[in-house]
Amino acid sequence: MDKKLEPIVKTMQEKFSAAHEEFRGEVHVFVNPEQIVDALTVLRDEYKFELLSALTAVDYYPQTSPRFHVVYQLTSLANNVSVQVRVPVDGDSPKVPTAARVYATANWRERELLDMFGIEFEGHPDPRRILMPEETEGHPLRKDFPLGYEEPQFTFNFEEIDLRKPYVKE
Amino acid sequence: MGVEQKLGNMGVVTTTLENMVNWSRTNAMWPMLFGLACCAIEMMSAQAPHYDMSRFGMELMRASPRQSDLMIVAGRVSKKMGPVLRRLYDQMPEPKWVIAMGDCASCGGVFNNYAIYQGVDEVVPVDVYVAGCPPRPEALIHGVLTVHEKVKAQKLKDLAKS
Amino acid sequence: MAQLEEVGVEKYKHLVSERALTGETMLLNMGPQHPSTHGVLRLLLELDGEIVVNCIPDVGFLHTGIEKNMEAKTYQKAEVMTDRLDYMNPIGNNLAYVMAVEKLVDVDVPPRAQALRVILTELQRIASHLVWLGTSGLDLAAMSMFLYCFREREQILDIFELVSGQRMMTTYIRPGGVWRDVPVEFENAVRDFIKIFPKRVDEYESLLTKNPLFIDRTVGIGILSREVALSHGVTGPMLRASGVDWDLRKARPYMGYEQYDFNVPVRPEGDTYARYLVRVRELRESLKIVEQALNRLPMGPVRSENRKIVPPPRSEIGVSMEALIHHFKLWTEGFPAPKASVYSAVESPRGELGVLLEGDGGPKPVRVHMRTPSFDNLSVLPEIVKGHLVADLVAVLASTDIVLGDIDR
Repeated sequence: MDKKLEPIVKTMQEKFSAAHEEFRGEVHVFVNPEQIVDALTVLRDEYKFELLSALTAVDYYPQTSPRFHVVYQLTSLANNVSVQVRVPVDGDSPKVPTAARVYATANWRERELLDMFGIEFEGHPDPRRILMPEETEGHPLRKDFPLGYEEPQFTFNFEEIDLRKPYVKE
Repeated sequence: MGVEQKLGNMGVVTTTLENMVNWSRTNAMWPMLFGLACCAIEMMSAQAPHYDMSRFGMELMRASPRQSDLMIVAGRVSKKMGPVLRRLYDQMPEPKWVIAMGDCASCGGVFNNYAIYQGVDEVVPVDVYVAGCPPRPEALIHGVLTVHEKVKAQKLKDLAKS
Repeated sequence: MAQLEEVGVEKYKHLVSERALTGETMLLNMGPQHPSTHGVLRLLLELDGEIVVNCIPDVGFLHTGIEKNMEAKTYQKAEVMTDRLDYMNPIGNNLAYVMAVEKLVDVDVPPRAQALRVILTELQRIASHLVWLGTSGLDLAAMSMFLYCFREREQILDIFELVSGQRMMTTYIRPGGVWRDVPVEFENAVRDFIKIFPKRVDEYESLLTKNPLFIDRTVGIGILSREVALSHGVTGPMLRASGVDWDLRKARPYMGYEQYDFNVPVRPEGDTYARYLVRVRELRESLKIVEQALNRLPMGPVRSENRKIVPPPRSEIGVSMEALIHHFKLWTEGFPAPKASVYSAVESPRGELGVLLEGDGGPKPVRVHMRTPSFDNLSVLPEIVKGHLVADLVAVLASTDIVLGDIDR
């Protein structure tokens, strides 16, 4: 582990009883959903993690508890280190407090997660879908959402696919 | 047409109305300035000096659908964009033509998934499909010339019917 | 197909000012088909006369499902998708993804391949900035910029075509190296470009940098402060134009960037003009890197010898049974990656392009997330256009250098 990261991981352990793991020099810290806003505030204010590089989620379907990990990738420009904070969330009605008041960029990124994974961010200022049309059902990046693969047109299914294309000329 | 007038001071040229109409349509076909994705960059390249589409009377891209004759669907059409694309097509005045530029617009390309229309012909009628991911500017110019050929073969009585 | 519906102000009432509800200010729709939104971006503007009171971007018109599609493919096949993500920077996207794969499965990259990657990504950066310069010139009615910039861009695309056979979507960088060695004409083609390009940048600068019309349209317009930029996750030239010296090529060198001598242009002003200056200086710096990398281009293999990850060269397949087996296994099954997660980032022309890649022990990734810089760079737009004219909004939007494929994925 990077020497600069050791005190950070220690603080997280003491304050938020956060577990951590390491892979190829990257440190992942696990925090409970209730404490994520406090943890991010501590990291930003005390350890100068000014930049929320990425905010995304991973779906471990069919595992249900936890089904999702919400991933916060933080970068410190001053110390040139990165740390990843992960929040495990259960499968049925996943909820995490919003981080939009700590990092403004979380606003759009959380809307994306709401759209793509159906993870609700409590207290979010603008909870609308961002990428998909509003009338879409389901959340595309969940593993139980089908890819939506369509078959190529061959002789045996020529007419079936032609029916879907009402505007083909000639 | 045109050439004869330069050859001698004839003043009068005889031709059919059909030829006249089709000729004028091909030589001032204004495409709509409407890029979706990667292919739009190649469409810009086709406009730029190296390939120079103005050789075919098409340097004027109109940003308004009301002033354009040709829609070049340059890129993938998502489920959110489909209704918008249809609205733009409906706003273009007749006669109008559509080129599906690139694999995504023609058949979905590599994106066989929930978000993309598998071919823009599910949304609007297409006259010419241009293959490639993205097609080279030459391929687009060839597609445009193919539209021109199609226009030149039109008959007045067919136009009256539609 | 869904129909377009008329949307009232009610839906956006938490985003607009109270004056919009009484009809005192006007809501105006800009896009998704608009010549200066650089793609299919929709902006909902609240206007008080000509002044922008609020700006609500609406993205997703190019949502392609790239992440989901990549999760359904093996690690090698998924790479094809990355080209189409940020279509101004296909080689840089390849590099970002391939570096994540290399980190996950731990494979070495030979020095020659590293140098080739640097040359090609820097050429791609120049090409991307040229498109930006040309189109933002168009937005500010400097039409000749478009014609000049695309002339030089064609020369770069010819180099890409020379090495990979494709003008834009090259997929030339592969896990463990590059697809194959460059042809012998490569060096001369790049040297020609290096010789010609500095004069051309002088030409662009003589057209714009001191042009009073251009200065009037850009200086003091769309000022982005350091704090707002950082909290909105803005990276790349936009962040550097706001006075933050942060470039991943310098801060966390990858692919041997530490060997090359180059500067990171930084401007403190944070306005549209500063963003223009930073990008134009970057053109020259990128050219310096290309020249140094080409001068020191080492000889040797361009692909790793790790046959479990990297397919054998075609010449070996005819004579070696093992090579044939490896080739067959790699292209049918793919290679397994450990059950772990990595995040790796590169400096794309727009900012930090990060890839979060998570494997589950099988040949397909369980999660690929592309952290795309344009997404965050656009999210700051409403903050910086408030109080400007609509015409200035066009200039500011052009200066953010967004690519919609990058935002919507």
